[in-house]
Amino acid sequence: MLKIEGLTAEVEGKPILRGIDLDLPPGEVHAIMGPNGAGKSTLAYLLAGREDYAVTGGTVRFAGQDLLALAPEARASAGLFLAFQHPVELPGVGNALFLRTALNAIRRARGEDELDAMQFLKLVRERMRSLAMPEDMLKRSANVGFSGGEKKRNEVLQMALMRPKLAILDETDSGLDIDALRIVAEGVNALRGPDFSALVITHHQRLLDYLVPDRVHVLIGGRIVQSGGPELARKLEAEGYGFLQAAA
Amino acid sequence: MSKLAPGGAEALLRRYEGLSSRLPGARLPWLASLRAAAAAAFRAQGLPSRRAEAWRYTDLRPIAEVEFAEPLLSVTAALPLPAQRLPRRAVFVDGRFREGLSELGDNDVALGSLAADLPAAEGRLGRLARPEDHPLTALNTALFEDGLTVTVPAGIDAGGLELSHFVLAAERPLACHPRHLIRLEPGARLLLLESAQGDVATRYLHNPVFEIEIAEGASLVHVRLQQEGEAGFQLGTIYARIEAGGTYDNFTLNAGGRLVRNEIHAVLAGPEAACHMNGAQLLRDGQHADTTTVLDHAAPDCRSRQTYKTVLSGRSRGVFQGRIHVHQVAQRTDGYQMNQALLLSPEAEIDSKPQLEIYADDVKCSHGATVGALDADQLFYLRARGIPEPVARTMLIDAFLQDVVDTIAEGPARDAVATAIADWWRGRA
Ligand SMILES: Nc1ncnc2c1ncn2[C@@H]1O[C@H](COP(=O)(O)OP(=O)(O)OP(=O)(O)O)[C@@H](O)[C@H]1O
Ligand SMILES: [Mg+2]
Repeated sequence: MLKIEGLTAEVEGKPILRGIDLDLPPGEVHAIMGPNGAGKSTLAYLLAGREDYAVTGGTVRFAGQDLLALAPEARASAGLFLAFQHPVELPGVGNALFLRTALNAIRRARGEDELDAMQFLKLVRERMRSLAMPEDMLKRSANVGFSGGEKKRNEVLQMALMRPKLAILDETDSGLDIDALRIVAEGVNALRGPDFSALVITHHQRLLDYLVPDRVHVLIGGRIVQSGGPELARKLEAEGYGFLQAAA
Repeated sequence: MSKLAPGGAEALLRRYEGLSSRLPGARLPWLASLRAAAAAAFRAQGLPSRRAEAWRYTDLRPIAEVEFAEPLLSVTAALPLPAQRLPRRAVFVDGRFREGLSELGDNDVALGSLAADLPAAEGRLGRLARPEDHPLTALNTALFEDGLTVTVPAGIDAGGLELSHFVLAAERPLACHPRHLIRLEPGARLLLLESAQGDVATRYLHNPVFEIEIAEGASLVHVRLQQEGEAGFQLGTIYARIEAGGTYDNFTLNAGGRLVRNEIHAVLAGPEAACHMNGAQLLRDGQHADTTTVLDHAAPDCRSRQTYKTVLSGRSRGVFQGRIHVHQVAQRTDGYQMNQALLLSPEAEIDSKPQLEIYADDVKCSHGATVGALDADQLFYLRARGIPEPVARTMLIDAFLQDVVDTIAEGPARDAVATAIADWWRGRA
């Protein structure tokens, strides 16, 4: 599904990613953990196509394509979805209009019929119910004045509507209450299947209790310094990153 | 003849000299002398030049270079007029009222052609719009052939009225100078939806002047859609006087024309009067739009709000000048002015000149201005959701305009503005 080889990148001349190798097969869920400033969000944004970063080396293949050659909207149409660590506020853009435009853009790219306002409303209401989101969040400007947890749920709602092949969740669990955490994990689990993979960036073991990952990678100083099974996350929770810092 | 006005101004004056005996109301002594004085004032001043402080950012040379003729008398019927949106509509073609195309409704409201009843305009025409104060008002006074007169009687809600102006295709450049007189008696109400359109290939000057009198407790909502043809010029001047407890709401969409000025002079003349002047300007390569407001707080306890938003693409230029004059008597004035511009191209330019002159001491008056480009994070967020970049840009520009469009409380007028904005996008594609 996703294969990253020797990826290096910098911002304003400052190296941030220093050689990332990661192989995420179809059907698997991998977690990325690591201290603040390690480069986790940089990797996520870079995969989604944000232009602030200069790729200085390496390759990324996604579903058989050269991912780095695609525009952000083409990556989304190809099935990549990033749940932002900090969802962007869109004053003056109604959330319903935003969600419908995004969903229909993806549907058009997949050769599916666009949904009209009524069909969309039916679908989105159903998805919102399962995420325990109040319906007035459709009427407000997207993410504007949403609480931290509401913004994260709105990201998960988008994922549930678009049904991506690859979901990258960047600290989607931060700021969520315990019930929401479980709901979000259920949202991801509902998509699980042979054609769905997820890259879950998190600081907390709790999400991984609900969303048991196939692999856990530890990113420190722009490199993956260790990979292992779910037990690695439990060890980090208990001991911190100290025992790995030397390796970085 | 003291001083010859240069170029196109001279041609406009020759027009007056050749036409004056045939202009409507030529046999009314008060009007003949008003026109003569106006022509003299225009001769003395010529078209405004950038040396005049009020015209520093708008250069009228493209207009001065053209020799405009008066419109021919045409009876052709095929007009691409937009569908009627309000119960009444007065249609003007090339500055002249066209009864056959209009739908004036019941006669509870005095409504019709100015040229048809000029004697009734004595004492009213020229009261607010004084030729000696403004060269374009002088030009309009000297040369107007027609216009709309409306008087809404006391206590009557006249509902919605459209004023649609259209310029037909012509081989020679033409100029028209309609004069509109609007009066709301105490407690009266009116929604006036004005639209101005013209043939895309015709060079023309549309130089309307409005005199708007709003009596005690009356309320006028005036929504303007400026969608002139690509080679058209509109220099519009509005004079509004608002008495105690009255309200004047003006919204202007500038979305057409090559060179456009939207100039509003409003006087809050009685206590607790209110004035809202809002608008949006959408500019493409080669266009110039100027919004200039002069607001006089001349009585205590009045309130004013102004928000203008300008979107500029290509090599376009926008101007906003807003003067608020708070007179010494105007205690407890509440004034606010905001001007925001969104630059879509590095070659676009916006000039902004707020001017507060405050002579009262108990006053709340603020102004602000912002200039920016589209937000890169917002654009990326939308694209990361699969929305193609051009669509994402449109969404963000619409969002930028949203709150100012939402200031229009009347649904049909707000819809008309939204449609005009959507049409602007379509024209761009
Ligand atoms: N646009 C930028 N300009 C300058 N530095 C940047 C920029 N973006 C990221 N960085 C730097 O890159 C490093 C990695 O940042 P990143 O956001 O990827 O960390 P992270 O692992 O996601 O951290 P956290 O756990 O706090 O979210 C940080 O030192 C950050 O300051
Ligand atoms: Mg991060």
